Amino acid sequence: MDIFAEKTILTVSRLTSLIRGVLEENFEQLWVEGEVSNLSQPSSGHLYFSLKDSGAQIRCVMFKGAVKNLKFRLTDGMSLILRGRMSVYDQRGEYQIICEYLEPAGIGSLQLAFTQLKERLALEGLFDEKHKRPMPFFPQRVGVVTSASGAAIHDILNILKRRFASLEILIYPVRVQGEGASLEIARAIEDMNRLKLVDVMIVGRGGGSLEDLWSFNEEAVARAVYRSAIPVISAVGHETDWTICDYVADLRAPTPSAAAELVIASADQLRGQLDALSHRLQLAVETRIARLQASVDGMRRLLQNPGTMLGHLAQRVDDLSGRLDFSLENLTRRRREYFTRLESSLLHQSPSVQADQLRQKINYLSSQAERQMLLKLESVRQVFVSNTARLDVLSPLSTLSRGYSIAIRKSDGKVLNDAGDLVAGDRLDLCFNKGKAACIVEEVKSVNS
Amino acid sequence: MATEKFETSLKKLEEVVRRLEGGSLTLEDSLKAFEEGVKHASFCSKKLDEAERRVEVLLKRKDGSFSREPFETDDK
Repeated sequence: MDIFAEKTILTVSRLTSLIRGVLEENFEQLWVEGEVSNLSQPSSGHLYFSLKDSGAQIRCVMFKGAVKNLKFRLTDGMSLILRGRMSVYDQRGEYQIICEYLEPAGIGSLQLAFTQLKERLALEGLFDEKHKRPMPFFPQRVGVVTSASGAAIHDILNILKRRFASLEILIYPVRVQGEGASLEIARAIEDMNRLKLVDVMIVGRGGGSLEDLWSFNEEAVARAVYRSAIPVISAVGHETDWTICDYVADLRAPTPSAAAELVIASADQLRGQLDALSHRLQLAVETRIARLQASVDGMRRLLQNPGTMLGHLAQRVDDLSGRLDFSLENLTRRRREYFTRLESSLLHQSPSVQADQLRQKINYLSSQAERQMLLKLESVRQVFVSNTARLDVLSPLSTLSRGYSIAIRKSDGKVLNDAGDLVAGDRLDLCFNKGKAACIVEEVKSVNS
Repeated sequence: MATEKFETSLKKLEEVVRRLEGGSLTLEDSLKAFEEGVKHASFCSKKLDEAERRVEVLLKRKDGSFSREPFETDDK
């Protein structure tokens, strides 16, 4: 139909339906990138939000069926890449994207889901150290929640076999990857708790990709491990793989083999302890009996020969009287030494000794005073000499010694420095360095001539 | 529970050994202590050896109950 050909009157519904047709036909499959805003998720389970950049925005809706496959949680401000198709919401005359799939821009959606769940559970306290149950003192029955055909169970049994551990092992086979695996694992942990068949359990699997290990990053597994009354050792993948299950578990083993080692370590240790104790028990009782035997033998020897005993007693009497003499002598000597010490210290305190010391001090002080006086005089003299020298430099007499002379008018005694002050016939005295001469002016020469 | 008995027994054994090594017991008490120690040691040892290595698999029946069966591995 050509709606422009003639004046065709359309209803609003008809026009909207036409517009929707155009949009749906031309934007059937599109990818778009932008930032989430105005996010809302009503109880219906559908997700509504706007995708925007600096210049525009567009409404988006994601229906419940697609939301179910979303691993991470959408938040306002998140950068997204989404796949969908254009459509029109007739009732409001709005065009919108019907979103089929979305992923965070920049990082993978699994990575984001992991980070989000880890943060949320950490906040709830699921990883807190205080919730960690201690490993059993002496585990006898070990549960293993893993695949019955995987590498993990193989590794665990190998270790236990090699170490001749006397343990009962109960395997609870589960799927460890794929849809629904996490629920199976969670249920297995719950069953183990309900049946109370084991002292400790290992939950895990062998190595694989992030997707393969994903079941151990699901909330269901985390919650089951947290609720378990039986201590749980988590052993997922390799050394470098950390899963949510590892964080919640009471103990994290880097690999399934390591988990098996951890379980039997305590039993091995106990056996060593028991052996050591048994040895000490034997040794202690033997020592005790040997000692008692020795003293019985000693007594018996004395009893058999009373003469020996008398001899011993006589020797003891001799020994004691010898020590008595010695100690008397000792006592006298110590008294004498004490007296000598007292006497010498008394002599040291005599007044003549103190007077000597005082005299020495006086001598020292008076010689010091004399020395200081001489020093002072010398410094005053130095000042005098240097001042005299400075006086010489300034004195007119020193100028005369260099050959200058001073003219003085006889009539008024004025010292002359200008010939213009003179007239012929004036009498002058010329003073030299040594002596003076009386002179008469013959002629005055003008300064300018 | 067996594990608790094992633990207390091991503790008692430790105590007996320490008392004997102290050396202040009479001969009669020493012998009594030794006898008690040997009893605990053999009990603990028995407990450690008791559980033989047994590998079973837990199977869930249709009615929701469980049965235990020997686990077959190719290298067993």
